[in-house]
Amino acid sequence: MSAPAPPPVIAMRGIRKEYGQADSRVVALAGVDLVVLRGEYVAIIGPSGSGKSTLMNIIGCLDRPSAGTYALDGEEASALPDHRLANVRNRKIGFIFQNFNLLSRANALENVELPLRYRGLSARERRRLALQSLDRVGLANRVTHRPNELSGGQRQRVAIARALVTQPALLLADEPTGALDRRTGREIITLFDELHAAGSTIVVVTHDPEVAAYTRRRVSLVDGAVVEDGPVPRAEAAG
Amino acid sequence: MNTLDHVVAAFGALRANPVRGFLTTLGVIIGVLSIILLVGLGDGVRTYLAEAFSGLGSSLIEVIPGKTERKGMGPPPLNNPRKITLEDARAIERRARTLDAVSPIVFGGGTLRYLDRRRDVAVFGTSAMYPDMRNLHVQSGRFFDDEDALAGRHVVVVGTTIVRELFGEENPLGRTVKITDVPFRIVGVMAPKGQTFGFDWDDIAYVPAQTAMDLFQLDGVTQVLCRSRDRRSTAAAMDDIREVLSARHNFQEDFTIRSQDDLLETVNDLLRTMTLVILAIASISLVVGGIGIMNIMLVSVKERTREIGIRRAVGATRTDILLQFLVEAVVISLVGGLVGLGLGAGIIAIARNVVPDLPVELSAWIVAVAMGFSALVGVLSGVLPARNAALVDPVEALRYE
Ligand SMILES: Nc1ncnc2c1ncn2[C@@H]1O[C@H](COP(=O)(O)OP(=O)(O)OP(=O)(O)O)[C@@H](O)[C@H]1O
Ligand SMILES: [Mg+2]
Repeated sequence: MSAPAPPPVIAMRGIRKEYGQADSRVVALAGVDLVVLRGEYVAIIGPSGSGKSTLMNIIGCLDRPSAGTYALDGEEASALPDHRLANVRNRKIGFIFQNFNLLSRANALENVELPLRYRGLSARERRRLALQSLDRVGLANRVTHRPNELSGGQRQRVAIARALVTQPALLLADEPTGALDRRTGREIITLFDELHAAGSTIVVVTHDPEVAAYTRRRVSLVDGAVVEDGPVPRAEAAG
Repeated sequence: MNTLDHVVAAFGALRANPVRGFLTTLGVIIGVLSIILLVGLGDGVRTYLAEAFSGLGSSLIEVIPGKTERKGMGPPPLNNPRKITLEDARAIERRARTLDAVSPIVFGGGTLRYLDRRRDVAVFGTSAMYPDMRNLHVQSGRFFDDEDALAGRHVVVVGTTIVRELFGEENPLGRTVKITDVPFRIVGVMAPKGQTFGFDWDDIAYVPAQTAMDLFQLDGVTQVLCRSRDRRSTAAAMDDIREVLSARHNFQEDFTIRSQDDLLETVNDLLRTMTLVILAIASISLVVGGIGIMNIMLVSVKERTREIGIRRAVGATRTDILLQFLVEAVVISLVGGLVGLGLGAGIIAIARNVVPDLPVELSAWIVAVAMGFSALVGVLSGVLPARNAALVDPVEALRYE
């Protein structure tokens, strides 16, 4: 007998998200079904206003769906109270944002330690894990620098180190190269590729065809619904 | 995240903007400073009074004519009560067993003349016991004795201020002075005692009680000063005096007996009340300081919306955020309190150095009260901003510019 298959990282069924009441009602997500397995590398693309950010907030447990069920890494997450959601974010999700979202007062090490603080780890353990994570993104020599002493690419690396430090089930990135120049953006894409090769599960929301091209699967949203979901053609991936 | 983490983070936030931090705490600094100084002054005066009173002799009881119901220091009642006579005083001395000294006192004032020099002085008519009861000593010559009193001799004992002003370097013993035109012979000079509450003990002329009553044409004494055998028997002594005196006054209690401890207690009550009033007034500036903290914290929460979003995204619960800002407010307030305390302690130390007699002190209880108030102000001013911070929606916060 083989070992039982691990649960999907994302298991969504009929996810809806509506804003406002009656006349002014906006349907941001109109019944999304999405399953992402462990180790997948997925791009979510779509025109502006198609619901990408809304979907990402629900995947990241920052927001709750109006209807539908969502299990993250085998844990039901669509109807948890606020403090449980915070706990799920801490353990299972590593966020990477377009504008980095680092604490400007804290240095690289302290920024990377932040998720571990809310986990109640000892200072020594926090430091060990954070240094390890910074080393992994190639910033071992920048640990005491503050965000304003780092380049854009380095800031995004700090953010990635912060996302990795908890060994989350899912890395969730929103336009990770949106604030970077082409060359630096490519470095970040390469880093994602390496993380994928090492086994991380990654979901990227992006407009950038180059970012999408590096992923292995592409989910297209239009008007809050999935209109296309399939592997990225090899030629494109190579290209 | 535990409280210590929050405290460390709060100091980090303070350090990030020290000038704003200082301005925020200014209200609390001033509030605590004024509490420390004003209450310190009140406490100092109380200590000074306690020392002054015990310097005037302990276990003393005074009997004055007229009944005052209140336990205060108010003026004697205006209706004409029966006088207390020298015979009354002698009866108390003879019959009250719990007493070890009794001395009638007649207060008066008169002009003392020596040759062409004159001085208005306080004249005390009393008995030979008096110096011992008030911890007074004779510097040269002698105090008058019972025999002088019985014989009605016109003898006087003067204080050093009088000697200095009327005689200069001359030896006053044996000289004759006139008190309101009646001649008296100086038999002694009292050792200097200094001032109590602004009253100069060395500017007094002492004469036998009966002589004073004749001089001022009085038929009663101002008061009878008694001393119990020890402090513990004061209450019994007061009962004794009451029994003896009311038996001589048709069993009417038309006199008032009070002990020095009662008096000190009354003054202390008054000062304690004043201290509390001062404390209440000074607390207003603390409240103003608290409003200042609340104001800045509300702005700070708004400014740090994105920080809140980041913290929530990586796993902070609403409670974590609430505590973070609450602890920050308390830390700001406590730092202000400590600075105010330090300033207050410094000012008191310097003041006592410059003016050693200044009745001001820093007592432990007011330090505790000041720090407790600071913490309370921090909590109260932090609640609303912290609640706002906790209610921030993480999705909105991460989008916030
Ligand atoms: N808080 C909100 N209140 C009301 N409507 C909202 C809210 N958030 C999003 N929407 C609406 O939901 C729809 C989807 O928005 P969403 O931000 O998910 O789009 P998006 O795909 O991320 O667009 P973009 O590529 O421009 O970022 C839009 O029509 C938007 O106006
Ligand atoms: Mg978006």
